[in-house]
Amino acid sequence: MMGWLPVALLAVPLLGALVLVAVPGPLTRGVRWYGTAVSGVVLALAVVLVAVFDHGQAARTQFAVDRPWIPGLGLRFHLGVDGISLPLIVLTALLTFLCFAYLGWGDGRGLGQLLGARDGDTRPRALVFTLLVLEVGMIGTFLALDLLLFFVFFEIVLIPMYFLIAVWGGKGRRGAAIKFILYTLLGSVVMLLGLLLVWAQTGTLDIVALGQAHGSGMSRTVQIVAFAAVGLGLAVKTPMWPLHTWLPDAHTEAPTVGSVLLAGVLLKMGTYGFARIAIPVLPEGAVAVAPWLGALAVVGIVYGALACLAQRDLKRMIAYSSVGHMGFVLLGFATLTTVGVNGALFANVAHGLITGLLFFVAGAVKDRYGTADMPSLGGGMLATLPRLGSVLTFAAIASLGLPGLAGFWGEMLALLGAFDPGAGLPRGLFLTFMVIGGLGAVLTAAYFLVMLSRVTHGLPGRRALVPAGAGAPGPGLVAVDERPVSPAPEDRPVRGDTAVHEVDAPPDDPALREGAGAGGAAVQDVRDVRGHLPDVPDARDVRGHLPDVRDVRDVRDHLPDVRDIRGHELVAWVPLIVLILLFGLWPGLLLSLTTPAVQALLEGLT
Amino acid sequence: MTHFPLLAVLLPFLAAFAGLLLPRRPRPRVRAAWIAVVPTAASAVLALALAWAPGFAYLQGAAPGEPVGHGYGVIVTGGIPISLTLQAGDLSAIMGVLVTFVALAVQVYSVGYLHDDPRYPSYSAFVSLFTSAMLLVVYAGDLLVLYVGWEIMGLCSYLLIGHWWEDRGNSRAAVKAFLVTRLGDVGFLFGIFVLGFAAGSFRIADVLAAVPRMSTGTLVAATMLLLAGVAGKSAQVPLHTWLPDAMAGPTPISALIHAATMVAAGIFIVARLFPAFQASGPTLDVLAVVAALGMLGAALAALAQDDLKRVLAYSTISQLAYMAGGLAAGSDRAAIFHLVTHGAFKALLFLCAGVVIHHVGANFMSRMGGLRRQLPVTFAAMTVGFAALMGIPPASGFFSKDAVLLAMERASAGGGLTDAAALLLYGCALATVAVTGAYAARAWLRTFFGEARVVAALPEPPPGTAHVVDVREAPRSMLVPVALLAVPALLLGFAGGAHLDLAVASVSVALAVLGAGVVYAFWRSDPVADPARLLGPLRGPCERAFSVDALYAAVFARPVLALARFVVRTDDVVVDGAVRGSGGAARGLSGVLRFAQNGNVQLYVSGVLAGILLIAVGAVVFA
Repeated sequence: MMGWLPVALLAVPLLGALVLVAVPGPLTRGVRWYGTAVSGVVLALAVVLVAVFDHGQAARTQFAVDRPWIPGLGLRFHLGVDGISLPLIVLTALLTFLCFAYLGWGDGRGLGQLLGARDGDTRPRALVFTLLVLEVGMIGTFLALDLLLFFVFFEIVLIPMYFLIAVWGGKGRRGAAIKFILYTLLGSVVMLLGLLLVWAQTGTLDIVALGQAHGSGMSRTVQIVAFAAVGLGLAVKTPMWPLHTWLPDAHTEAPTVGSVLLAGVLLKMGTYGFARIAIPVLPEGAVAVAPWLGALAVVGIVYGALACLAQRDLKRMIAYSSVGHMGFVLLGFATLTTVGVNGALFANVAHGLITGLLFFVAGAVKDRYGTADMPSLGGGMLATLPRLGSVLTFAAIASLGLPGLAGFWGEMLALLGAFDPGAGLPRGLFLTFMVIGGLGAVLTAAYFLVMLSRVTHGLPGRRALVPAGAGAPGPGLVAVDERPVSPAPEDRPVRGDTAVHEVDAPPDDPALREGAGAGGAAVQDVRDVRGHLPDVPDARDVRGHLPDVRDVRDVRDHLPDVRDIRGHELVAWVPLIVLILLFGLWPGLLLSLTTPAVQALLEGLT
Repeated sequence: MTHFPLLAVLLPFLAAFAGLLLPRRPRPRVRAAWIAVVPTAASAVLALALAWAPGFAYLQGAAPGEPVGHGYGVIVTGGIPISLTLQAGDLSAIMGVLVTFVALAVQVYSVGYLHDDPRYPSYSAFVSLFTSAMLLVVYAGDLLVLYVGWEIMGLCSYLLIGHWWEDRGNSRAAVKAFLVTRLGDVGFLFGIFVLGFAAGSFRIADVLAAVPRMSTGTLVAATMLLLAGVAGKSAQVPLHTWLPDAMAGPTPISALIHAATMVAAGIFIVARLFPAFQASGPTLDVLAVVAALGMLGAALAALAQDDLKRVLAYSTISQLAYMAGGLAAGSDRAAIFHLVTHGAFKALLFLCAGVVIHHVGANFMSRMGGLRRQLPVTFAAMTVGFAALMGIPPASGFFSKDAVLLAMERASAGGGLTDAAALLLYGCALATVAVTGAYAARAWLRTFFGEARVVAALPEPPPGTAHVVDVREAPRSMLVPVALLAVPALLLGFAGGAHLDLAVASVSVALAVLGAGVVYAFWRSDPVADPARLLGPLRGPCERAFSVDALYAAVFARPVLALARFVVRTDDVVVDGAVRGSGGAARGLSGVLRFAQNGNVQLYVSGVLAGILLIAVGAVVFA
């Protein structure tokens, strides 16, 4: 019964994508609503899934579909949901929907709204198609209960993500996309070898059956080899230090929605694989490899944090912060305790929400300033863009693991798991891991606070109010439009940074270069600003008191909504903020779901 | 009644949300003020109701009563569950009253203090959030719930120190405060782990009940780790460096968070878990040494500062060390007694300092002087505060300091501490009494007496009128909290039962008067010069607080940053270099293989034949 739900979760986005190809004509105009609608249906199905899910039996596979797929090879189309996969499925549906909402809300002309462009440059139809296919792969990965089916979905995801980066990415998109796909494909091949080894030894690909067998039928050596191979493939995706270097490049170049889905969902596929396959199917291998996994995890935590501390680019910094956070997730798995794995799964979901939000905000910053380079951003975002600065502060604080917000519980439970690791694991070693992880949490706080200090605090300097030429009568924001910006295309949101660099053309003029970011951002709002020109108070007054922030504020008050958070951004961000608060204040919501399932999957270890 | 602790926590919490999220128009400040003051007042009433029955029973050493509270379910973790219990025992009830009343005073005071600050709504919301978090710490019945409040307090401290974030210096101070305390908090969390695992529960009642069953090693490890968090939060050596910098925040924040409540949370925790600390002697010895060094060093630093708020900040470190010393000496009641009176008189001192700073327009005592005529109310209130700080009878600080000193004297005569630690503690405490008298007298004299040095801040009179001295006091919203706080600062001492030990009391008063007298003598000889010159060659080191900041920067901050740059370089050159290198190697290899693909059919056919031959041989050999 209710077996149609998982199938529908896959069929709706797939059919949605196919219809887009089959019936191109009528959909071209409403394509941005089309994507939102299809992903909205998927989200609704996911909500139904939560409502119908028997929460008292979270350890059991529910909504199972088990049909022969390729009988000759014994492959089965086996889908199902339990307490481990349910949160991730909902997270995927939610983030995809929010990405579509972000792209299509309002008049579609806002910053970063790739679907709203009219010149055809951004290929909105192709983008919707790509994102829908991506959703199929992501949800399928979390639904699959057959090793090869899992692998197939795992791979399906790579292709749309490759195109997302390669077509809609930033300047270095080619290289980043190729690195991404080659690196992860290489990892997948190793994983496939591991999966085939399991198949060869046990003769089945059914994850549920393999999990209940607790590794019987495989010798310890085979389990270790298989765990190492599968783990390596998953570790590339997670990413685990030192297999992480594809991530910063991919994140830096990907468009905002690509970054959000990459951090929010794709990384989770790697860690989910540990919980779904590697640990329950290969328990003895897990015990043998766990100390290594833990060691690499804590190295990742500290290494990621240190790399963030010296990072200049905001998006790159958030990408490295993912390395650190995923380190906590891996540490939680490595403890092989219910607490630790629970913590890992919680941190997984929390990271999806928080880093999703962070990348949304970082994208918004990049769209406005034309760069994510922190020294060029200057400071004083709380003065120039108070709402955006506040959301950035909130997301950063959530990410550094403040109790009361979602980021804390997962990391705390992972450390708690390391305090008392599972049977057969060296306690002293894991205590060391715990201490290192704890210090990593301090470093995490350090880089986020330093980032906030650099970007949101301080005086806005000349960036907020850029006096163009001498004697320009208006305040800076208006003066921008008197500079030679006419060659900059007025509304090409994808190439937001390109536009800026065209503005930036005479590089030896420092004033102009400093103003380029604000200029680039203001270009798109020039008409708004002009409309409000008569309201602006005595401009010379404002310029005379440049360091006094209240004057900036006065100007801003007369130019409402020039650059602060827009409608489509609010729509996409508010649900994330609410969920971060909700899970932070009531972690039991998630933990009560995962605990029985985790206890079931760790049965083989005791 | 059983839900009062929850309500007291929730009301300011909701007020914080309302204050942050409600639209800013129209009349944002008036509404924000109401949203800030009314829930805090309601919480204060609830806290008072909770404290009504036990009263000061805790301070008077009565047997602990039954805590009032309620459990709100359990969060499963897969291991030890987290129980959401909020309750008010004898100790928590007193703390709750202190927290809510100081918070209320500060909220009212801030209405006047920040009356032209455009960010007042967010400011008051953060103060509300802080109040809520502190009450969560006070009323928590579970260690992890307590930790949640503990960290949120740290966040509020960060946000409020950085309230004027336009100045990079404030921003740096905020970051420093958060990071130093967070470093301690990691130890604190691990201490909670150790206690929780040893007891099989994170509930404080269960943990305390399990203390007799725990091994000494476990207890020492747990309490030492907890001590790290205590040192961070309560600004004790060696994690004290953030507190003087934290004075960058608005003065009411210094009064509330960095004097009366949050920094006292560390002392509160030790008292709350006191059986665990009492059972681990080495921890108490460490605490005694830390307290002894901290109280004297901070008092000396306070004597040399020119910034009035920094004087009070070092004074806070010193007084907190007194409390820690009282705990180490084995008397949690004396420590909490001093905590409560200190909360009252130090909040009073900071609020008065705020009035002075508001009036003068600067923090530096070298720009103050002769203010007693211009600010008579503030002068009277601050005199009470300084008297309490010095321990002059009958002000509250006299009684509580006497209780602490008495406990230390008893400990040096034989108790839980080793002899050396106890003697060091008692000796330092007596020396600190004298230095406290000196720096309090110095601050009092330099602020309120001597020549008026305030000129710049006076408004230019309109043409045609005589230039009269501005004798206006601060607005009423600032003076009323000051006047109200002066009452407990003066009288709270009698709450502890006012039983005195004449010998200790007379020694301490004599020492305080001696310290004050020396400063007075120096000041009399030259009222313009700084009496801090009595320190002689020590003055420089004291003013720099013994260069601990510079030491930490050299030992921790800079190496970490250098390491971070090294990691970034390594990541690019080595880790990613290997990846790029393998890509390059693959290309190179493919270049070699391309030579085989040269279009020569003969070569291809030979290759195919060779392959067939190999397969055939293989089949024959292995089949």
